[in-house]
Amino acid sequence: MLQKLVRTAVINAPIGRVWAVLRDFSSHDRWHSAIDSSRIEGKDRSDQVGCVRSFALKDGNTIREQLLALDDREYRSTYCILDATIPLQRYVATVTLKPVTDSQRTFWLWESSFATPLGMERELRDLVATGVYEAGFENMRRYLSTGQDLHSETALSRADVMPRALSLPTQRLVLDRYGEADVMKLEAGEAHAPRAHEIRVQQRAVGVNFLDIYLRRGWISGMLSLPGTLGMEAAGTVIDVGGGVTEVMPGDRVGYLSALPGAYCTVRTVPVSAVVRLPVAVEDVTAAALMLKGCTADLLLRDLGHVQQGTRLLVHAAAGGLGLLLCAWARSLGATVIGTVSTEAKARIARKHGCEHVIITAEYRFAENVQRLGGAQLIVDGLGAAAMDENLASLARGGHWISLGQATGALPPISPDALVAKSASFSRPVVFDFVSTRAELVKRTQRVWDALASGALKTPMIERYALSAATEAHKHMESRASAGALVLLP
Amino acid sequence: MIKVYVSSVIDAAADTVWSRIRDFNSLPSWHPAIADSRIENSQPGDRVGCIRHFHTRDGGMIRERLLGLSDYDYSCTYEILESPMDVENYVATLKLTPITDGNLTFAEWSAEFDCAEGRERELNETIGNGVFQGGFDALKRHFGLR
Repeated sequence: MLQKLVRTAVINAPIGRVWAVLRDFSSHDRWHSAIDSSRIEGKDRSDQVGCVRSFALKDGNTIREQLLALDDREYRSTYCILDATIPLQRYVATVTLKPVTDSQRTFWLWESSFATPLGMERELRDLVATGVYEAGFENMRRYLSTGQDLHSETALSRADVMPRALSLPTQRLVLDRYGEADVMKLEAGEAHAPRAHEIRVQQRAVGVNFLDIYLRRGWISGMLSLPGTLGMEAAGTVIDVGGGVTEVMPGDRVGYLSALPGAYCTVRTVPVSAVVRLPVAVEDVTAAALMLKGCTADLLLRDLGHVQQGTRLLVHAAAGGLGLLLCAWARSLGATVIGTVSTEAKARIARKHGCEHVIITAEYRFAENVQRLGGAQLIVDGLGAAAMDENLASLARGGHWISLGQATGALPPISPDALVAKSASFSRPVVFDFVSTRAELVKRTQRVWDALASGALKTPMIERYALSAATEAHKHMESRASAGALVLLP
Repeated sequence: MIKVYVSSVIDAAADTVWSRIRDFNSLPSWHPAIADSRIENSQPGDRVGCIRHFHTRDGGMIRERLLGLSDYDYSCTYEILESPMDVENYVATLKLTPITDGNLTFAEWSAEFDCAEGRERELNETIGNGVFQGGFDALKRHFGLR
């Protein structure tokens, strides 16, 4: 009597990737632990319908099987046993894959019908169900998780018979003109399969920065062409990787920080040079909130500001995402931190994060107070035009004014004479120039994670918005009502 | 002919999920977009050929006929008789498959239909994302996310 056997599983990989392995009729010695060796008889290709494979099992048995049907559209492969040292009779099996459309995983159905000698029904059934199918699911998971299918020489040399890796659907916020927050529209698009030195990320949190707002308004030329998508940083899970990628593997949790905008989306393909693996202790939202701001703070305090014990530092928007980081980190380095904020509520937040002297001013009046404290040796300025004169007046002799942003409008040209009066210096750094190699990025982000772990930095307050509510997030940020960091959740 | 296909994994045995969705008249009890439902002519809700008459929460009236019901395959096939969506020859199937590795359920919901040119994307969004994924999300919430 024929018995029927069905086993099913879900594999955490997109269907294109699982199918690329399974459609090769002779791939099993690479991923299935029960198979010692596999070869295709004669000169047939391993995806030619009618070809015969010869398996040597690790337990010493041998099996010859013939490929009866192969369907790339239905992701289905059917085969039968021709002869075997195991007494499976009239054995016909089918492997079918289906996409899990709401999570980019793969449903795998493995079924067969066969007869056995009397009395061996149970034993052979268990052998096939457990030893072949269930073990196969587990082995496939392990094989894909190590990324061997993407790296192996064999897979590459057989590339001509493999289907090309597929694009994956993504939702992205697209703007086709510069303007107010409502120019961003959610559109369906595709994230291309990763090419050499690229990886594809299922994003779980996307960082929002003032830079995004400047780009959206068209204030910075050359960085965002239209139609385009905003966003410099995000965190999530690696779906798959392109050739030559050894730094991360599918399934890894990663964050990235890239000078190419485009992070406001669900799935994105990015160069691996912009990617770091995330420590267990750092959550996705924390990474998305901290990579750009944390690396910026590290650059400002360490490389440019040489902040140390006793340095007098002036931070504007001290209760903002970057401001809070600067206050806490500079304080832990022994600096005297002076901050400006617009409201009493924000002053309380800034004080809690280590800002010793808080100046509440909605009209950008602070120089007198700062000079009373001895003048600022370092100014971190995101205000721009409206605070220019006050900033100059706040500088101590030999002070350094770092302009990072221009929330109130573009800075007019500064005369050298204005600086010479105080032997001051002015700089306008772009953080991306300081994380342009993966090594630099890894080093800087590691310092941020270390500062979080040691308590020098506190996990910032994070306001969360759905990706589709990015317009509201931008409006909130521009209204100056927000405190801490903003993150979009795809 | 347009095809819409949505699939998901639900954290419960197929028998359990099936008992929640099997009855053709049960939509309001598990699908958040459906306000009310009745079966016409006092027929039982699992009788092949019966017609359900229901309203969506946004007020639309829909009539659908049960074409096939399989307790063996955990599947249910139906057609639209009347709806505000302006589609023709609409036939849909909702099907569950047990996932033996973990005692979960693989759920598939698909439809084929004709519509006016240029409406494919909009209907794909309403039906695939709104109706089908909306239903699966509700089942996932009910049985626990995984």
